Amino acid sequence: MAYLDAASTEPLHPAARDALLAAIDAGWADPARLYGTARRAQMLLERARAEVAELIGARPDEVSFTSSGTQAVHLGVLGTLAGRRRAGTRLVAGAVEHSSVLHAGEVHERAGGEVEIVGVSRTGRVDAGAFAEAVARPGTALACLQTANHEVGTLQPVEEAARACREAGVPLLVDAAQSAGRLPVPEGWSVLTASAHKWGGPAGVGVLAVRKGVRWRSPLPEDERERRRVPGFENVPAIVAAAAALRARAEEAEAEGRRLSALVDRIRAEVPRLVPDVEVVGDPVLRLPHVVTFSCLYVEGEALLTELDKAGFAVSSGSSCTASTLRPSHVLEAMGVLTHGNVRVSLPRGASEDDIDRFLAVLPDIVRRIRSSLGVH
Amino acid sequence: MWRRRTGGARRSPEAAQAEPAEPVQPAEPPALTIDALGRKCPIPIIMLAERINQVATGGVVAVLADDPAAFTDVPAWCRLKSHEHVGSYELPQGGWSIHVRRNY
Repeated sequence: MAYLDAASTEPLHPAARDALLAAIDAGWADPARLYGTARRAQMLLERARAEVAELIGARPDEVSFTSSGTQAVHLGVLGTLAGRRRAGTRLVAGAVEHSSVLHAGEVHERAGGEVEIVGVSRTGRVDAGAFAEAVARPGTALACLQTANHEVGTLQPVEEAARACREAGVPLLVDAAQSAGRLPVPEGWSVLTASAHKWGGPAGVGVLAVRKGVRWRSPLPEDERERRRVPGFENVPAIVAAAAALRARAEEAEAEGRRLSALVDRIRAEVPRLVPDVEVVGDPVLRLPHVVTFSCLYVEGEALLTELDKAGFAVSSGSSCTASTLRPSHVLEAMGVLTHGNVRVSLPRGASEDDIDRFLAVLPDIVRRIRSSLGVH
Repeated sequence: MWRRRTGGARRSPEAAQAEPAEPVQPAEPPALTIDALGRKCPIPIIMLAERINQVATGGVVAVLADDPAAFTDVPAWCRLKSHEHVGSYELPQGGWSIHVRRNY
């Protein structure tokens, strides 16, 4: 099977696997205790923290490990809003942020706060001017912007947003879940979140970095772990493996990103040539190296995924009929592009040219068959 | 408890309901009405594509649909097929009457 769903989760990096197996033996004890095995676990944990901090451009004491990228976002958003309550209750976020950002915003609204959603262009890029105006409005406590969109791969104007936030004195939470380990982390963040399984680490490890000087207060009950930012016993072996994967990815990122990006360019060019009535969505240039998304008119997304699975391809879709909700993807909706017949292809490290050749060979006939079953010829 | 949206290409169905930008009543009566209520996308779009040629060039087709995907997909289809999305009007029973002008 060709696994082309790296944006959902990247297969475990070999470096992470080795580190995980070693750390299961060496780092199982409670890092908060004072005997030898505990000190060893603590040393492994702190070494991983220093490594991750260096790779994301943070100080070790700014970095906490969470149990997922989603939890990092929830704590990052709600904790910064709590810490900034005196400054105001307005939260500004892009319209195509990950659902964890939008759901945290809903909690904030239910508690009486205000949320301003900044729209995106047809390619899914946040309007930097509108974002700057939104953060400058009085009472803004926090602004959130992803580095890159998880469904269509479009890069967001983080530098412009960071400049606007700095001028307005508003902290900026940057959600780097899709780009960490693939592209350098942009500067200018106040709070940074990421997820290890997206870069080839194990599941169950998220990163929450809070810049020194940014006011933050835990929205959860008091707990002494992770600098009082994240409750619960750290998964030291998984954190060690996450750091090893991030280190390995950072070393490979440039060459592998270039290679995958060329394959994505090929899919972007070939799919509309081979399949009639297809729209490739997302920015063709300002994009992640490994993600491409397109929508096929007159095709049910679920049928498309099922047929591609039968043909040996694991891909994902933002169409409503494939999701647990009846609503189509909020990302495609905000962009104003076709939500049905949607396919996201995201290339893991090592994705081969052969896989892409085969994908492009089977896709036209699959789409033709589904259309003809719906009476479209 | 409120939410404002600024900028961007599109409004969500909820935003459209909260602060309708379209007039409540269409200016021009449709020459053809396609009832796609209860049908999931892509069926409403397929019905529209099949039947739009039943109206004269310049005529308006109304697609009645209540699948939220249709709210986004009918205007997107218009853009891809170079027809005109005239407007989307809320129906009292839920869903929308989405008006499309045949351009060619």
